[in-house]
Amino acid sequence: MDWQAIGLTVRLAASTTAILFLIGVPLAYWLATSRRRWRYIVDALVALPLVLPPTVVGFYLLVATGPRSPFGRLYEQATGALLPFSYEGILLGSVIFNLPFAVRPFAAAFAAVDRRLIEASWCLGESRFITFFRITFRTAWPGVLAGLVLAFAHTVGEFGVVLMLGGNIPGETRTVSIAIYDSVQALKFQEANATALLLLGFSFLVLCITYSLQHRKAFPL
Amino acid sequence: MSGAPQVDTSGKLQVDTSGKLQVDVEKRFPGSIPIHGRFESTTAGGAITVLFGPSGCGKTTILRCLAGLERPERGSIRFEGESWCDSERSLFVSPQRRGIGYLSQDYALFPHLTALENIRYGLRRLPREESQRRVVEIIDLLHLGGLEQRYPRQLSGGQQQRVAVARAVVRRPRLLLLDEPLSALDAPTREELRRELRRVLQQCAVPAVVVTHDRIEAIALADQIVVLESGQVRQCGSTEEVFSRPADLAVARILGVDTVVPGKIVEIADGLATISVGQADLVALAPAFPGPEVFVCIRAEEVALERGSTAQSSARNHLVGQIVSLFREGPITRVHLDCGFPLAAIVTHQSSQTLGLREGATVTAVLKAPAIHLIGRG
Repeated sequence: MDWQAIGLTVRLAASTTAILFLIGVPLAYWLATSRRRWRYIVDALVALPLVLPPTVVGFYLLVATGPRSPFGRLYEQATGALLPFSYEGILLGSVIFNLPFAVRPFAAAFAAVDRRLIEASWCLGESRFITFFRITFRTAWPGVLAGLVLAFAHTVGEFGVVLMLGGNIPGETRTVSIAIYDSVQALKFQEANATALLLLGFSFLVLCITYSLQHRKAFPL
Repeated sequence: MSGAPQVDTSGKLQVDTSGKLQVDVEKRFPGSIPIHGRFESTTAGGAITVLFGPSGCGKTTILRCLAGLERPERGSIRFEGESWCDSERSLFVSPQRRGIGYLSQDYALFPHLTALENIRYGLRRLPREESQRRVVEIIDLLHLGGLEQRYPRQLSGGQQQRVAVARAVVRRPRLLLLDEPLSALDAPTREELRRELRRVLQQCAVPAVVVTHDRIEAIALADQIVVLESGQVRQCGSTEEVFSRPADLAVARILGVDTVVPGKIVEIADGLATISVGQADLVALAPAFPGPEVFVCIRAEEVALERGSTAQSSARNHLVGQIVSLFREGPITRVHLDCGFPLAAIVTHQSSQTLGLREGATVTAVLKAPAIHLIGRG
């Protein structure tokens, strides 16, 4: 078994999940509460990776971060390195590609919080910001956790975007799913099977956790 | 001094608005009637204003405008001289900065917090000792001892209501807004909490605006009543005033009771209570609550009239009085009497003719004890 690939995958999934938590929560809250007309555009943008083939997302990210793009040049000037075919590159790809898997469950959980509780908090003198932490987040956390678990699992099993953007560099961009593909290409079915079975078991476990969270209440009893 | 125009040093005419709530708001929701809430009420001395009317008349919307949870399309709200909302100046004070206590119909207790944590929720900025002192005081006032560690879903409806009231009043709001505070409760609990609510509000001396569609609740709680129908304010005045002189037939119909007068229980014997009302004494069935301050409610159709000043019957109340006015409404005649207190009666037109009823005539109003409905006042 390719332990290096497993280690890299776990690191990638954990980092992706952490970043999605930080940007996904405010984005989801905005989507769940905003009454602006153009919020549907943002909604659609976030959901795009759900319907697009990973190769398409990967291709555009490759173009957008390459040395010929303004963003790619800016990044190169700032860090002295390029995003494509690096760990940072596949991290960026994972965050963007997994956005809907985190943001949509977050937004659903925030939208389900009883508005009267939020209003009660306002009338008790708490600002919108503090109310979010004391009420909205506290009652919506099972949904947030479900989104995080889903995003983590989805990153672990990601293939297309990583391959397009990162290639197959051991210790840098070679994740578990790439390793399986590589094994099959090299006709090492035994090795591919061992890793694939591990992923299968892991994914099943994660879905069990997600569904059990959805039936759980955010408060005791 | 209150309410009297004064000239200040700059020579401008100023109206003293301390102790007043002045509301004039318009709000329209798509697909429903436009709401125009316009009234002025006293808040001095912890006075209670009741917004009364049938469901769907716009009471809750007006209350939410007062709380700052709803932004009126046009209009203004002034509380004790301070502007909370003024569409002309694009002024809108957020609910956080109005210093109000708001109680929604279903209480909206925070499900993830215990009763104690709910009560303490709005006290975060207070010093620890002060917060602790207030919490102990309010738990005692609302008889919540022993329930501190329970979660909302472990509390009965009545207990939830008391926790919600505690959570709102513990912050010492300048104005308390209650939306149908008792409607979610079963009848016996409602009865009990109605009396308790007035006691608590008086003890806290905080002015309140209460929304209700329940006549008994309105009479029991109100110092002033604002009658609403189809989004419009029909009448505004003291409880007595509104009930004894409804502005029009629509108001009278909404109020549903024809005579509402304050009285005092002076004696209780053999299950009967003697109530002193104006210059008269009435006998009613002894109420379950202690009294002595009550409102006496009598429906006009329960009052029978007899000519002259002598009559004998099984009815406990024979009240001699003069006819103040008569109104014919189709087959019936509405009679207003003065028998030591204002009393309304309904008789058929034929009876009115037979008895020779006219203004100034002396008649005896006959009234059975069970026809007198008493509503306690704290």
